Amino acid sequence: MFELLGIPPQALFGQLLLGLINGSFYALLSLGLAVIFGMLNIINFAHGAQYMMGAFVAWMLMTYLGVGYWWALVLVPIIVGAVGVVIERLMISRLYKLDHLYGLLLTFGLALVIQGLFRNQYGVSGLPYTIPAELSGGQNLGFMFLPNYRAWVVVASLVVCFGTWFAIEKTRLGAYLRAATENPTLVGAFGINVPRMITLTYGFGVGLAALAGVLAAPIYAVNPNMGADLIIVVFAVVVIGGMGSILGAILTGFGLGIIEGLTRVFYPEGSAVVIFVIMAIVLLVKPAGLFGRAA
Amino acid sequence: MSIDARPSDPAARAASLSAGRLHAIIFAVLLVLLLVAPAVLYPVFLMKVLCFALFAAALNLLLGFGGLLSFGHAAFFGSASYVSAHAAKVWGLTPEIAILLGTGTAALLGLAIGALAIRRQGIYFAMITLAFAQMVFFFALQAPFTGGEDGIQAVPRGYLFGLLDLTSDRTLYYVVLAVTFGGILLIYRIVNSPFGQVLKAIRDNEPRSISLGYRVERYKLAVFVMSAALAGLAGGTKAIVFQLASLTDVYWTMSGEVVLMTLLGGMGTIFGPLVGAAVIVTMQNYFAGFGAWVTILQGLIFVAAVLLFREGIVGMIARWTRRSL
Repeated sequence: MFELLGIPPQALFGQLLLGLINGSFYALLSLGLAVIFGMLNIINFAHGAQYMMGAFVAWMLMTYLGVGYWWALVLVPIIVGAVGVVIERLMISRLYKLDHLYGLLLTFGLALVIQGLFRNQYGVSGLPYTIPAELSGGQNLGFMFLPNYRAWVVVASLVVCFGTWFAIEKTRLGAYLRAATENPTLVGAFGINVPRMITLTYGFGVGLAALAGVLAAPIYAVNPNMGADLIIVVFAVVVIGGMGSILGAILTGFGLGIIEGLTRVFYPEGSAVVIFVIMAIVLLVKPAGLFGRAA
Repeated sequence: MSIDARPSDPAARAASLSAGRLHAIIFAVLLVLLLVAPAVLYPVFLMKVLCFALFAAALNLLLGFGGLLSFGHAAFFGSASYVSAHAAKVWGLTPEIAILLGTGTAALLGLAIGALAIRRQGIYFAMITLAFAQMVFFFALQAPFTGGEDGIQAVPRGYLFGLLDLTSDRTLYYVVLAVTFGGILLIYRIVNSPFGQVLKAIRDNEPRSISLGYRVERYKLAVFVMSAALAGLAGGTKAIVFQLASLTDVYWTMSGEVVLMTLLGGMGTIFGPLVGAAVIVTMQNYFAGFGAWVTILQGLIFVAAVLLFREGIVGMIARWTRRSL
């Protein structure tokens, strides 16, 4: 076998794949944050907790009701999204006239409550979730072994990301949504129920986070803290990409996942902080973010 | 037409005249209460309240008067805690030098993070400070001198100025009281200085402040560094009091806690952070044995504070009594 810069190709491609997997989650989560921010003008700090809830609800469906992975993929985003809708109606909707910071503080409090409740009930050790039979095993590509499930996660996340992009940028509903982001009063004057659209947008963003949680459940141990640290990295991803563009959020997510994977090969000590370093550089060079518009 | 700016209503004039005097009276009463407090309450508990009160007051300087929400103040608190602990334990320096080294480290870190963070506004500012704080956390996790998961334990309290033995809780309490009270008086002075007035102007209307010719980003950076340094002062003192610097000090939960203290006590009030710190530390002490319930309760207080009483405890009292507190 050939070697690249003294790195065996198995290690290189293995880390690249891992980077791509992480990138899938960064992309899904930053996409959800961007969609919510576009419409509600708040940063959803509970996003990590809702991602964790997605994994947990999938595990509960499996353990208590015997509902398998494929149904979970459909049901979990709806269930957790519905919880999101309730949260938006009861609490977040009271804050739209206030400074955006209150939305951040409120959702931070919600994240603490959700994580604390799950920690009380299930501890922090992590619960196993088995890979569905259809996706177990893997392919030997000659230069590396590709587990089927990991390939599926990347493909599924790409499909969901571009599906969301298509729905927002190319459909009639998406046009309403973008119009309401620009000028909610005017769109309301055309007879569109803007408050309901805001509520559903929040539910949709939360559903995306929950979907990411289901996809993550078989890879990572299902535990109450799985979203807490991840969401901070996703915040950095969002700062780097800027929240102005859907496509930007997707590209930045995948790109940074891959860069993180490569760092793990060439400079393992730096892999935990590489995204934050890139954030610092972007702030110096292009403060509005790679895809952002200047405020 | 009168050029006299004082209000003509005698009641209002009385109120406005006494604002400074009222604060002086409250400060004096507070000082007396805190001087006798160790006779009633456990000194270590009181020292914890004081350290966090200073930490929250430092954040309030930035958030309440500068209008900048930092969600990463644990970076300054924690890094100062580590540096002070290391200086006292490994280098064998006296506590006041150790704490000053910690404070200086926090100020430098504040200069670096602040210079980058003020390039974006509002929500982005909060996310950037949070992300950089997480970077500091990872650094603390991996750096050789921080002791990883164990932290730096058994930090000697040492002799203040090489003379005064601090092993007694009672003696140390009065040192901590002096540090905290000095820090809070300094913040009071900053807020009521011409610099503080410009700061409040920027908070309330940034474009207008720019059009008046103020270099807004300089003011923001200056207050960020001051706030970081004061948070560091609190962190360094905490390391000497508890003889411990650990990853908890730099973790994002710590940043959240201090925001909660400030919010609960009252953002932009003088005495709010003290009240907020006292309430939260007391609550943590009571629920320490109940696992995640502390987290849940803190989350609920956050939600309730945002939805029901955004001006905080002291802010509400200030509204009822129609005085600035």
